[in-house]
Amino acid sequence: MSATPGQAADKDLLRFITCGSVDDGKSTMIGRLLHDSKLIMEDTLHALTKDSRRYGSHNDGVDLALLVDGLQVEREQGITIDVAYCFFSTPHRSFIVADTPGHEQYTRNMATGASTAQLAVVLIDARKGILQQTRRHTYICSLLGLKHVVFAVNKIDLVGYREDAFRRIAEEAEAFAAPLGFRSVHVVPISARDGDNITERSPRTPWYVGPALLPYLETIDVYSDVLSKPFRFQVQWVNRPHSEFRGYAGTVASGRIRKGDPIVVPTSGQRSRVQDIISYQASHDVAEAGDAIVLTLEHDIDLARGHVLCAPTELPEVTNRFAAHVLWMDQEPLISGRSVLCRIGTNLISASISIDCKIDINTRVRVPGNSIGLNEVAFCNLVAAAPVAFDPYVDNPKMGAFIVIDRHSYRTVGAGMIAFNLDRRDERQAGQRTVDKTARAALKQQNPAVLWLTGLSGAGKSTIARLLEARLHAAGHHTMMLDGDHLRGGLSRDLGFTTEDRVENIRRAGEVAKLMVEGGLIVLCAFISPHRAERAKVRDLFGPDEFIEIFVDTPIETCIARDPKGLYGHARSGELTNFTGFDAPYEAPDAPEIHLKTPGLTAEQLADRVISVLLARRLIARS
Amino acid sequence: MQNELPPNLKRIESESIEIMRDVVATFRNPVMLYSVGKDSSVMLRLAIKAFYPAPLPFPLLHVDTTWKFKDMITFRDEQARANGVDLRVHVNQDGVEKGVNPFTFSSSTYTDIMKTEALKQALGNYQFDAALGGARRDEEKSRAKERIFSFRSKNQVWDPRDQRPELWNLFNPLIHPGESIRVFPLSNWTELDVWTYIGLENIPVVPLYFAALRPVVRRANTWIMVDDHRLPLGPDEVPEMRRVRFRTLGCYPLTGAIESAAETVEQIVAEMAETRFSERQGRLIDTDEVGSMEKKKREGYF
Repeated sequence: MSATPGQAADKDLLRFITCGSVDDGKSTMIGRLLHDSKLIMEDTLHALTKDSRRYGSHNDGVDLALLVDGLQVEREQGITIDVAYCFFSTPHRSFIVADTPGHEQYTRNMATGASTAQLAVVLIDARKGILQQTRRHTYICSLLGLKHVVFAVNKIDLVGYREDAFRRIAEEAEAFAAPLGFRSVHVVPISARDGDNITERSPRTPWYVGPALLPYLETIDVYSDVLSKPFRFQVQWVNRPHSEFRGYAGTVASGRIRKGDPIVVPTSGQRSRVQDIISYQASHDVAEAGDAIVLTLEHDIDLARGHVLCAPTELPEVTNRFAAHVLWMDQEPLISGRSVLCRIGTNLISASISIDCKIDINTRVRVPGNSIGLNEVAFCNLVAAAPVAFDPYVDNPKMGAFIVIDRHSYRTVGAGMIAFNLDRRDERQAGQRTVDKTARAALKQQNPAVLWLTGLSGAGKSTIARLLEARLHAAGHHTMMLDGDHLRGGLSRDLGFTTEDRVENIRRAGEVAKLMVEGGLIVLCAFISPHRAERAKVRDLFGPDEFIEIFVDTPIETCIARDPKGLYGHARSGELTNFTGFDAPYEAPDAPEIHLKTPGLTAEQLADRVISVLLARRLIARS
Repeated sequence: MQNELPPNLKRIESESIEIMRDVVATFRNPVMLYSVGKDSSVMLRLAIKAFYPAPLPFPLLHVDTTWKFKDMITFRDEQARANGVDLRVHVNQDGVEKGVNPFTFSSSTYTDIMKTEALKQALGNYQFDAALGGARRDEEKSRAKERIFSFRSKNQVWDPRDQRPELWNLFNPLIHPGESIRVFPLSNWTELDVWTYIGLENIPVVPLYFAALRPVVRRANTWIMVDDHRLPLGPDEVPEMRRVRFRTLGCYPLTGAIESAAETVEQIVAEMAETRFSERQGRLIDTDEVGSMEKKKREGYF
C-alpha cells in the first residue's frame, strides 16, 4: 500500500513527556498541541465542552486539560494522578506524549512516563518561577538518561509578556540544568491556554527570537547511538516447537548481528556462532537494535530466559555486586539490607540492597542515611544471588536498567540504574568472584544475625531458643542453634567451669557464631554468659545490626524451683561451686535489644515477642 | 529486515511481539481475547509472528454476547480453522436464560451481564492468569492511562489510582494465586497504524469494515444495521439500503455505521485523514455517561 499523503507512514517518531510542578499547565499544553494540530475530533470536542461545564477550571470556554485527565477522580479534583499517553502527528513527525503528574506523591508515575521518553518538556509557571518539583523532575529526567530538555515558561500572559520575567527564569533553569548532562537545553516562553509560541512565534513576545514549541519538537535531532554500541541480546523465550529446532527469541538490545558472527554468553563463558536469524517465514542476514527475532546457534549450549548473548570482542561487566542509583516508588520505605527481587533485562534474580548514601533530590548532594521513602533516591550497593551481565545505564540503558519487586507483595517498589561493578578489577582479572557474607545471605534471602540469649540457668533460654528456631525454620530461614551443651560436648571439651574457662567458652561461642553469620545464617546462642564484658566482646565481633542481645529475665526463685538439670540442688549441697546466681554473680544487661520478663508468660508467648521485634527491626521479613 | 514496513510500524510491531513473548515466558496459563474486530486480526497476526515457527502457545477466547453481527461469527470460525488455533467461545448462559438483550435492558446492564460478567466467568473457569487484549491507548481517555501490564485483583478489579509503576520494557509479571494481569500489546498503536499495517500485511478483516449496501435504520443519530429478525422495529421504522461501513464492531444493535464509499483499506485510510469524528463515535455503550468506560473497566470490562 502506498503511503497516503499527510499520513504518518514513514515519518520518524519522537517520544516526549511533559512534567513540572502541579498547576504549571502540563495537561493544558498537551490539549493545546492536540487542538492546534487539528487532532481533536468533533465528537471529542463536543464531549469536552460538556465536561468543561461540569468539571472545568475555566469559567469561559473549554478546559483543554480535560482531554488528557481521563480518570474520573482526576477530573473531579482537577489534577493529574497517573501518566496519560497521547498520540499526534504533524506532516513532519509522529509524537507519543506522556502527560505526567506534577504532585510530589505521584512522582513514580512521572518516572514511568520518563523511562521511555527521549525528551522532556518541563513546564514552569512564569509567576512562580522554578519550584522544588521543577528541580526534582529535571533531575529524575537526567537520572533516567533523557538527553534533551525544553523548559516551557508557561502563563507568560499572566506576567504581561515581560522579557525580564522570562530571562530571569531562563537563566536560572539553564544554570541548574548545566551539570545534569543533557545534550540540549532549550527555553521557550508560552501560554498554553492562549496558544502563544505553541505552533508559531507569538507577536505578543517580539523579544523572543527562538522557535515556537511545536516547530522545535518537529525538528530537534534526537539521534540514538544504539546501533553503534556492542551487540547485546537478552534471551526472552526458548522457541522449541520440536526436537529438531531450538531457537532463542528476543529483541536486539543494541548493535547488530550477522549470520555466522561469533557470540559469547558472558555469565558462563560459552561460545558459539549465529546459524540463522529468523522472523516470521523469513531468514535474514542481519538484525539490528530493536528487531524482535529468533536466533539459532551452531552449537547446542545451555541457554535460557535471562541469559545475554554478546559480541565476544566487547564484553559487558559480569558480577553479583554492583552500585546503582535507586528511585524508591513504594509507600513502605527501603531499609538498608533488604532482600528483594530485581528484573534486569529478562533476568529475574534475588538480591539484597544496602544504601551507600541518600541523594538530596533538590540539591543532588549526597547525605548519609540507611533508609529512603517514596520518591526518594539513594546510591546503593546490590548483591545478587548469582552473577549478572550488565553495562552501566549511561552507556546502555537496556543493559543497565532494573526494577525492584517486593518479594512478598510482588509490587514494583523501585527503579534502578546500574552505575558500576563493585568487584575490584584486580580480583576480576584474577578470575576470582567474591562470595561474601552478603552474597551467601542473598542466596538464602535473609539477613544473617546472632540472637544471643543470656540469663540465669533455668531461666528458659534454650526452650525459647528452640521454639524460635522452629518458627524461623518454618518461615524458610536458615538457622543454627548453639548452647552450652553443644560446645562443651566437643569444641570446649577441654574446658571446666572456672571463671577463666567460662570466659574462654563464651569467646569460642562468639567466634563460632561469627563464622556462621559469615555463612549467611541466623544463629541462636543460649548461654548464661554472666559477664557484661564478655558479652560486649562478642558483640564487637559483629556489625551494628547483626547482634541481638535477648535478656531472659526470670527471678532466681523460679529458676531454683524449675532446676531442670538439678544444678541448683548440687550447688546448694556444695557439690558445685562458682555457680551463677548462687555463689557467682550474674551481671544483667543494661540495654539489651530485647528484654523478656518471663513471669506470667509461656515460652510460646515469649518467642512470639522476639519474632515481632525481629519483624519490626526488619531483620526478618516473614514469620 | 522486512523492508516493506515503514520504520515506525516496524518499531511498534517489534514492541508488541516482545510484549507477547514476555507473557508466554512468564505466565503459567495465558489467553488471548479475540473480539473478531480489526485489532484482534492484528493481534492474531502479531502472535503468529511472535512464536513462529512454534504454533500459537495460548488459546483464543471469544466472549459471545449472542448479539454479534452474523458476519463476525462466520469470520471468527474461518480464521480459527485457517490458522489452526484453539478457539474457546464463552456465552453467559445465566444471561441468556434471563433473556438479557440490548433492547429491554439498558445498554449498561446488558454490557455488564453479557460482556463484563461473561468475561469474568470465562477467565475464572479456565483459571487464566494473563489475558492479552487488543485495546489501544488512543481509543479512549481512561485507556490512555492504563499500563501495558495491567494488574487485576482477585475480583478482576482495576484500580486506576494505584497502578504498578511500569518503567522501560521491564514488565512485572509476578502475581499471587487468583490475581491476574491484562496485557495490552497494542497500547502504542493508533487507529491509523492498525489500518496501515492491515493494508501492508494483507491481514483479513471482517467485511463489515468495508462499504456495501446494507439494510439500516436511523437511531440516535447513527445507522443501525438490521442484521437479523431480532431487531425490534418501531412503527415508523422501515429499513433502507444504504452504502455504509463500520469503524468498530461489537453487538449489532449497539454499533452504529457511517455512510461511506470506502471499499478498500487504502480508501479507509484516506477517509480517516478527512474525518472529523473519532473511532468510538459509533459505540452507543460509551456515551451512557461521562467516565463510563473507566467505570466499566474498573469492574472488569476489557
